[in-house]
Amino acid sequence: MTGLFSELSKRGIVLLVLLLALMLAAPFLANDYLLTVLILILYFAFTGQAWNVMMGFAGQLSLGHALYVGLASYVAAALFVRFGVGPWIGMLVAVPVAVIAGAIIGFLAFRFRVGGVYFAILTIAFAEFTRVGFDHFSYVGGSGGLFLPVSQYTSNDLVNLRGNPTMFYYVILAMTLGAWLLCRWLLRSRLGYFWQAIREDEDAARALGIDTFRCKMIAVMISAGLTAPAGVFTAFYYNNLFPEQVFNMGRSIEIILGPIIGGVGTLFGPILGAFLLTGLSESMHELLSWLGLDVPGAKAVFYGICLLFVVVALPDGVWPWVARKLKVTERKVTERKP
Amino acid sequence: MSKVTTKITVSRRQLLAGAAAAGSFLAAPAIVRAQGGPLKIGVILPLSGVQAGIGQSCKRGVDIAPALLKQLGYTQPIELTTVDFETNPDVARARAEKLIADGVHMLAGPFDSGAAAAIAQVAEQKGVPFMINIAAAPQITEQGYKFTFRNFQTAPQIISRGLALFPQVFAATGKTPKSAVLMHINDTFGQANKRAIDAIFPKANMPFKILDSIAYDPAAKDLSVEVAKAKATGADLLMTVTRLNDAILLVREMVKQRWEPMGIMSPGAPGLYEQQFLDTMGKYGDEIITTIPWANPKADMTKMVEAEFKKVYPKDKLPGHIFNIGFTFEALLVCADAHKRAGSTNGQALADAMRKTKIEKRVMVGGPIEFDEKGQCNTIASVVLQNKKGVPTVVLPKEASAGNVVFPMPGWGKRG
Amino acid sequence: MPPIDLILNVAVGGILTGLVYGLMALGLSVIFGVIRVVNFAHGEMMTVAMFLAFSAFTAFGIDPLLSLIPIAALLFAFGYAMQAGLINDFVNKPEHTQFILLVAVAIILVNVLLMIFGPDARGVQTDYSFDSFEVGKLIIDATKAYAALAAVLVAVVLFAFFRFTLIGQAIRACADNYTGALVVGLDVKRLYALTFGIGAACVGAAGAVLVLITDVTPALGPSYTLQAFIIVIIGGLGSMPGALLGGVLIGLTEALAGLFFTPSAKSMFAVAALVLVLLLRPQGIMGKRQR
Repeated sequence: MTGLFSELSKRGIVLLVLLLALMLAAPFLANDYLLTVLILILYFAFTGQAWNVMMGFAGQLSLGHALYVGLASYVAAALFVRFGVGPWIGMLVAVPVAVIAGAIIGFLAFRFRVGGVYFAILTIAFAEFTRVGFDHFSYVGGSGGLFLPVSQYTSNDLVNLRGNPTMFYYVILAMTLGAWLLCRWLLRSRLGYFWQAIREDEDAARALGIDTFRCKMIAVMISAGLTAPAGVFTAFYYNNLFPEQVFNMGRSIEIILGPIIGGVGTLFGPILGAFLLTGLSESMHELLSWLGLDVPGAKAVFYGICLLFVVVALPDGVWPWVARKLKVTERKVTERKP
Repeated sequence: MSKVTTKITVSRRQLLAGAAAAGSFLAAPAIVRAQGGPLKIGVILPLSGVQAGIGQSCKRGVDIAPALLKQLGYTQPIELTTVDFETNPDVARARAEKLIADGVHMLAGPFDSGAAAAIAQVAEQKGVPFMINIAAAPQITEQGYKFTFRNFQTAPQIISRGLALFPQVFAATGKTPKSAVLMHINDTFGQANKRAIDAIFPKANMPFKILDSIAYDPAAKDLSVEVAKAKATGADLLMTVTRLNDAILLVREMVKQRWEPMGIMSPGAPGLYEQQFLDTMGKYGDEIITTIPWANPKADMTKMVEAEFKKVYPKDKLPGHIFNIGFTFEALLVCADAHKRAGSTNGQALADAMRKTKIEKRVMVGGPIEFDEKGQCNTIASVVLQNKKGVPTVVLPKEASAGNVVFPMPGWGKRG
Repeated sequence: MPPIDLILNVAVGGILTGLVYGLMALGLSVIFGVIRVVNFAHGEMMTVAMFLAFSAFTAFGIDPLLSLIPIAALLFAFGYAMQAGLINDFVNKPEHTQFILLVAVAIILVNVLLMIFGPDARGVQTDYSFDSFEVGKLIIDATKAYAALAAVLVAVVLFAFFRFTLIGQAIRACADNYTGALVVGLDVKRLYALTFGIGAACVGAAGAVLVLITDVTPALGPSYTLQAFIIVIIGGLGSMPGALLGGVLIGLTEALAGLFFTPSAKSMFAVAALVLVLLLRPQGIMGKRQR
């Protein structure tokens, strides 16, 4: 146990435990609305971590993570609607599907040496392709959408993920914690060091004898597979799926804003970024309506300005700065050099 | 596309019915609040995003509601809060949660099937009645909800009631097309209607056959290929399922490609009668036909709506908004009526009262507003609407008509 | 198999629209080719230009084919200021940081437009809006023809600028050899700002012209950005003729795909073309191999 947290200062551990306790107690303190916002935050924290494996750890910029969320959502939802297969078994299918999708993109890109911006655009292209494809995929409702049956729940059914927000909150909290532990372990594994070597200088890494193709493939596949549970979660939480929504380019961008603002390549960055951005977006609407500035568009303009401000002031993300201020710094190796 | 902007705006306006209409000199909102027990209704509409134009049109129905409800004898204090769901079902869900956390007793809205499905779940979980103004996806009232009510036609109703009027148009003019081509937008609404057409058309015994159906992307910026393809079928009649922007693109392209079928007829889709369409297309928008639920020009309540609309929006033309306003106002009317009968703001009591709704006098053409066990109102009739000199005009059935039906429509070159 | 005159009609329409999109993509290509920054706010800048042209038309009755010059100038100033004030500090930052910066700009642009103009689709209705030329069996949309002609003219001016003026040559030197340009004493930062300005001016001109063909809403920005990417990568990032060629190819692909398959899936074909090009010839049809 001590080994796992060795690079955190005592202060850091205390803060971490406090935060965890607060998160566990949240449903007893917050009303339903706040709980909904917290679920949204944790969703972005989770997907942000998954994305971070690919970009933050291995340096491959994906702008199409909505693809994995969407595929997993549709697989799990279709299994449930068509065959009555529950979400946890659905997850056993959804994760491999996302992994295979990731593997295909990764294989094509890395085999043909598509890198950098080109790789990013390739990921957008696949997500868009799938979006239009699902618009015409009538087995799952096409653009008309896929609806999961809903009723008023008297009890929480964890097996079928049917229940009230509190249950969903704990599910996504557990998922986020699990992802965090996994990322932590990955980052400190042999593979994690290879990834960081590739991220910093791919040619040098190859010269050192690292099989960069294999390492990058693993990164893409893990990242895609780790994103998939978020898709299953959203399918059962929102209960309706539209290709226009789930595969949207904007979704991919939402997923990656958090980790970039929080700090790419850090373990806490995606979580902090999700809190900051979703919190900002929700509080903004309170603030603006209080100020009477509630014209359509105003909120997003302020949101954009805040984003601009953060990226100009702290281009490496907020977490490295916060960590320094709080003196809970993670080990150097996890931080990306500018 | 465009969801870089998914999380944008919330517009929120609190209209305090009592103070606004009574014109009391001390019209202090605080007093109304202090009396306790006003009915709080949260209205969720797409005020920004792709459907913002129509959402803002619906909003006008909310704005004129307080004064009208007063006139109709619903004098209990009612507090309306309108919020924007940014044309994004996820945001709609969050807004519904927020409204309920803020203490609203009923939800209304949202002109969008996806958002309606999302809101209905929240309403069901929290036991808060949800009154749908406009949303056609049949699944919404097929999921067994106890708190969701819809005063709008489902997609199959839109199509079957709309198609049933087609032969009446042909009979009235003695001209019958032999073939048609269907062009439809490929989104939730478009596919729901396409599915309904596929199911209903073979049984409807229509005098014409459908040669081809052409689906186009909701994000299409140019419909030249689609129109060229439709033109090449040589069909006598164009049937459309559109929204607003694509309706403009579609007809403009038809003019450019000089395609002059006997008529353009839409079985119940928005777009072809919207004010913006009429303004943009000018003379080319005339004599286009939509079969759709519409405000009854001869009903008293429609006249009241007209008068109030003129007061609040002196510069705007009502016909381009009446569809959205009518259904939005009726939704609020049902809420106020249920509240009056329930005498309580308790969710279950309100839902029970709504289930027993029977409102005889209404804005839209049709029987009384009442709900079946699924919460669906089945009494809404369709009319034949034809654009006449920039004004959508009811031409059939005769008892509600305000103009004569013209078919076939004049060619593009033979106008004005 | 559809009749041949239908195919021709559709193809001509596709090529004409493609030329306008090509001009838009040209802007993106110029910016990337020199500064190596991908302008993720490109489509949003395009919608800004479209709204400017719409306003000029409704307020003063200026035809977009004329207002394209002042609009290009305005967008030039905007682009110059943005590069000089904001992006120059980010040129050597990692791609994802640049990405967030430009996405933030994009979000602001979209929503400022939404606040000013509202959400409705706006279009320009000129005297020739409904005109078309009949050439044999071909029916050519007049607005599309004028728009494509204007796009080609602007592109020609741009080619000439880069080939024959000193500044143009200096910018090309910057693009070919950054350190070399520094060594011979070129003011790279200023040249970058000029380049971004020129790229923005291209989008400005393209937007002004495009408003003749299609209506604009604030929400359209991101889809134009994506379209510009697709075109530019197919043509070759950094290649100017490539951008125009890419535009034509995409216009043609979408038109024919719409004709032969279902129109609602036509953007799939554009994306598929992009994937093919990325895999088989990642530098694009007319691009030079990087790295």
